[in-house]
Amino acid sequence: MKKERSMKKKQTASNALVHVILALLSCIWIFPILWIIMTSFRGDPGSYQPYFWPKSFTFDNYTELFTDVRQFFFLRWFGNTFFVAVCSCLLSTFYVLCVSYSFSRLRFHGRKGFMNVGLILNMFPGFMSMIAVYYILKGIGITQSLIALILVYSSGAGLQYHIAKGFFDTVPKALDESALLDGANKWQVFTKITMPLSQPIIVYTVLTSFLAPWLDFIFAKVIMGDNYKNYTVAIGLWTMLQKEYVNMWYTRFAAGAVVVSIPIAILFVVMQKYYVEGIASGAVKG
Amino acid sequence: MKIMKKKKGNSGTGKNVFREIGEIFRDGDVLTKLSFALLGVSNLFRRQVIKGLLYFTMELGFIFYMIMFGVTALSHLDNLGDQKQGMVFDEARGIYVKTQGQNSMLLLLAAVVGIFIIVVFAVIWFSNIRSAIRVQKLKEQGKHIPNFREDIRSYADAKLHKALLAVPFLGILMFNVLPLVFMILIAFTNFDKTHQPPGNLFTWVGLANFKTMLNAGSTIGRTFWPILIWTIVWAVFATFLNYILGMILAIMINRKETRFKRFWRTIFVMSIAVPQFVSLLVMRSMLQESGAVNVLLQELGLIDSSLPFLSSGLWAKVTVIIVNIWVGVPYTMLITTGILQNIPADLYEAARVDGANPYQMFVKITLPYMFFITTPYLITQFVGNINNFNVIFLLTGGGPNTLKFYQAGHTDLLVTWLYKLTVNSFDYSYAAVIGIIVFIISAVLSLITYRNTKSYKNEEDYQ
Repeated sequence: MKKERSMKKKQTASNALVHVILALLSCIWIFPILWIIMTSFRGDPGSYQPYFWPKSFTFDNYTELFTDVRQFFFLRWFGNTFFVAVCSCLLSTFYVLCVSYSFSRLRFHGRKGFMNVGLILNMFPGFMSMIAVYYILKGIGITQSLIALILVYSSGAGLQYHIAKGFFDTVPKALDESALLDGANKWQVFTKITMPLSQPIIVYTVLTSFLAPWLDFIFAKVIMGDNYKNYTVAIGLWTMLQKEYVNMWYTRFAAGAVVVSIPIAILFVVMQKYYVEGIASGAVKG
Repeated sequence: MKIMKKKKGNSGTGKNVFREIGEIFRDGDVLTKLSFALLGVSNLFRRQVIKGLLYFTMELGFIFYMIMFGVTALSHLDNLGDQKQGMVFDEARGIYVKTQGQNSMLLLLAAVVGIFIIVVFAVIWFSNIRSAIRVQKLKEQGKHIPNFREDIRSYADAKLHKALLAVPFLGILMFNVLPLVFMILIAFTNFDKTHQPPGNLFTWVGLANFKTMLNAGSTIGRTFWPILIWTIVWAVFATFLNYILGMILAIMINRKETRFKRFWRTIFVMSIAVPQFVSLLVMRSMLQESGAVNVLLQELGLIDSSLPFLSSGLWAKVTVIIVNIWVGVPYTMLITTGILQNIPADLYEAARVDGANPYQMFVKITLPYMFFITTPYLITQFVGNINNFNVIFLLTGGGPNTLKFYQAGHTDLLVTWLYKLTVNSFDYSYAAVIGIIVFIISAVLSLITYRNTKSYKNEEDYQ
């Protein structure tokens, strides 16, 4: 009896401890987010201040971010990124689905060889070849343009077939076979049978490839150079924090960060389920 | 779509390409034999006019390319140009004039493109003689010879893989394989900052760059080894700390007794829903000497002077690992939650009966089980962390800088160093060597594990 009570006490104590730890961790994890929101409304100009709590609050950072176009063109960057994201997302999704479906469902000579080559290509650091890509684009004559960005983001997409292939592998083959018996050709099986069953992986592919241009700044920076007008938001925001600009643009950077984060955060929450499914299916099969 | 065939032949499975060519030549009639030199003839005279013409046009195009550009491009492959840009005295005008020199980089790029075009043409040629013998045999057997429209239609069915793969392959070839081959070749040249075209030429140097890189006595080598060690230390910490802490977090949230599960999960998901470059840039500005964290700690009276989070070598290393925990733990939490719930409950039940405490249960049951199940995930994470550009570049930029290193700072990983060598100092040859070394590390790590996983061996299990 006594032992049981002490057990219970111990359990309540450890339960409370867990909640305290969780609360503490939550504070740490949420702190930078709250801080950037606070800074985006800060009225005090300049970059770093010797005090934590701002002396005044204002909404000007947001309006100036969009209206001040003497050096930077935030609204335009937003449009650029959106345009690049939509185009490269359509192309990438198409590529990924084609490649992963072929590797998963169609049996042809050399399939494994191709998959191994894909695996090997993926193991080189992505921007090792960035200079060569730059010169190829220069050869075609499209550096510093949005088309170049779209090409760079989407053309390699076919290599990212693993997750979608893993998904297609789990779609029952019996469906294909019965459709083939009914006289459908393989293209019809692909579009009419497999695609409608693959909604989760399509959503996942669309969202991940839509997000990529919002997050990348390595290729964007190399390709765009100093052509500020064609920047995407990622390099734009990064540039605002450089020494020359940080004093003037610090609080506007914060505002920009908030503006960019909102739609992306919403998308991420939407795709969270698919994201976990996609990764987990690849992670557990071993 | 033709490109694939060649590689298929190369992949080692199936018939030997050369033997097949020999057989085709042996069995072929005059028209088929003629197709070896004049592409498409066999098709052309056997009622496959359009197909035959297509092959023939491609041959014409190829010959045109070779005469106009190809031969010159390939001829420079041996020494990558020998005429420097220079000044020549123009006697007529009495001044020095700049002469147009050769640009080794463009010469090499053109040569690589030339080789690609030749390979592509070889594949087309091979598909041509195959098609030639096929149509010859059909005719001999008196079977129906498919016309152009039927040929096209077969791409929606039996040849669907070719139709689906064609465009993606072209993209990969142009923007992945071609640049990669180019950069790998660069690793064997002296294309560094003292050999920049168009002012200067560069040429082949064999394995010299690799020797310099691995020789701990040279400036480059003195930078390489510490960075390699730090890269591995970083990858180990970043992978396993995130993995274990993320799992503990997932367990804490999913305990039966924990309340507000959704609330906790939402908070942590929020932190990764924010784009990584935003949160990392925010972190960087918060962790400056005069940034928010130092100011807050001073206002709370916890410290007197600023802590050098990002400005001292050792501090910066610890800081990036800790910030990376902030970035990575919620991901691990998300991904492991589902898997953790699949661990058979009776394992824990039995342990509890035996009087095990939560710590023992975690170390003896959860960890081994999870390690076993998620090895592929861990390996991808490890390789991902070796290549983790964003966290380092956005947070510290590789700094604090040190004079001991060549173009690198205390927290630089191999990949960020590669980036700096490319963008800041134009040492492309060394950058390419680093790229190859990173590749070797990743490849060795993942190929071994990947090939041993069930998902690779029994991929049809699920179908």
